[in-house]
Amino acid sequence: MIEILTEPFQYEFMIRSIVTATASGVMLSLLGPFAINRNMGFMADAMAHATLPIIAIGVFFGFSISELGVPASILIAIFLGYIIKNSNIGEDTSIGIIFSSFFALGFVLISILDVTINLEDLLFGQILAVSSFDVGIVVSMCVGVVSLVIIFFKQLLFYSFDPVGAEVKGLNINFLNYLFLIILSVSIVASLQTVGIILVLSMLLIPAAASKLVTNTFVTSIFVSIFFGITSSVTGLYLSYFLNLPSGPTMSLVATGIFILCFFVSKLKKVKI
Amino acid sequence: MNNIEKNSFNDTAIIVSDGCCVQIGNAQALDDVTFSIEKGKKVAVVGPNGGGKSTLFNAIAGLVPIVDGSLKIKGMNPQDAKGSISYVPQKDFLNKNFPLSVKQVVEMGLIQKDSLNLFSRKKINKKIKEALKNVGLIEKINENINNLSGGEFQRVLIARGLAQDADILLLDEAFSAVDVGAQEDIMNLISDINLDGKTILIATHDINNLEEKFDEVLCLNRHCCAYGDPSEVLTEEVIEEMYGSHNEMFKFHTPESHSKNND
Repeated sequence: MIEILTEPFQYEFMIRSIVTATASGVMLSLLGPFAINRNMGFMADAMAHATLPIIAIGVFFGFSISELGVPASILIAIFLGYIIKNSNIGEDTSIGIIFSSFFALGFVLISILDVTINLEDLLFGQILAVSSFDVGIVVSMCVGVVSLVIIFFKQLLFYSFDPVGAEVKGLNINFLNYLFLIILSVSIVASLQTVGIILVLSMLLIPAAASKLVTNTFVTSIFVSIFFGITSSVTGLYLSYFLNLPSGPTMSLVATGIFILCFFVSKLKKVKI
Repeated sequence: MNNIEKNSFNDTAIIVSDGCCVQIGNAQALDDVTFSIEKGKKVAVVGPNGGGKSTLFNAIAGLVPIVDGSLKIKGMNPQDAKGSISYVPQKDFLNKNFPLSVKQVVEMGLIQKDSLNLFSRKKINKKIKEALKNVGLIEKINENINNLSGGEFQRVLIARGLAQDADILLLDEAFSAVDVGAQEDIMNLISDINLDGKTILIATHDINNLEEKFDEVLCLNRHCCAYGDPSEVLTEEVIEEMYGSHNEMFKFHTPESHSKNND
């Protein structure tokens, strides 16, 4: 049994993959409970899709996705935040317009600039191809995101629960708004190689939703969500290794499996942790 | 003599509105509103829907700009007085998806702009407990807010304001979406609570027996129709000015009719 568990570790690429998958799992499932309680799933999806044109231009100029990560995510977060705040056509509509037009722009740019991007890898993730440099970048992003959430946890929670009360209390809600958008965007962009543009949403929302079903308090739901996130990433990676399955979709399906299990547990057992 | 009286009045006035005008979109939500609220008063803000109660609270809280006239909180512009006000907004503005405990919500009153996640737990816990004792909910300190009744939840938000040590408590629509029992419950709390010199403003639709629970009433219908002792200012004329042709509904609630009923 132990041999089976340690077998993948004889390959360096698997060690790199497991570290990256864990870092992505931690970041996304830490922010997931905030995102689901603030109904920000659509926004997160738009953030992921809006990366496509930036990646196309970046790759054209010779940068890798990892190198583009932080500046791209900050750019997307500020742009989305600004448009939503200043347009008066409704948040959902603004996000929808940005979502689809950026995605379309990305495809057109890939075609015009004739850049070599494996679209399937970008859409569904290709964790087995991560380099040591990529691992370093993703882990640094993870440390940054976790630290910022710990430092500003109470302010972020106050702002998320009662934005008006927080503003009257004197908190800088503009700062808190953009801070959350930026760390969410960083986590999403950092996880693109793990699960890809389309499936990144599953790793953000599903562990958090499963956790909400079986927990009673917000803080507990964050810890359980992180546990589910890491479990989905690592188990998904193992399964993809042994069963020769695509890694991103396998991780998503493991997360879905955990969600279904939690759903039935919550139906059968009324007591939550 | 007049000057002396005027000065001493200003010393105790905590909210002074002088011809305050607020515009929301193209509509004049508050038009030339003038009143002066003294420190430590319990004030009911009444008026019809769209009469500007929430707008006035937003203006006091510094959330909307004042286009004409002035509004001073402790002698400062509302923007500069943030932190000395605790605002309990209408329920729709609170995100109750978050499974928070009573303690976490009350603790929000103690979060500062520059305070990170690293401050003395002992001091915080003491303040939270004091505030919850004051609103009679100490036994529910670890309860999930989604398990509370509407009235209890309002009490938790009042406790948050008490923990904050704010000088002014603004309760917007504290009585919406709570049943009659809970309304009575909150009213009794406001009457009994040790406000410790705090000024409290509550928006309410119920103009019954205001004189028993509040020191002052502010009658608002875009402009200030009347301000003062509820038993004196809630006259038939003022009620008609506020509610127009619907004043028939309230004609038995005037101070005169109350005294007649009591006779």
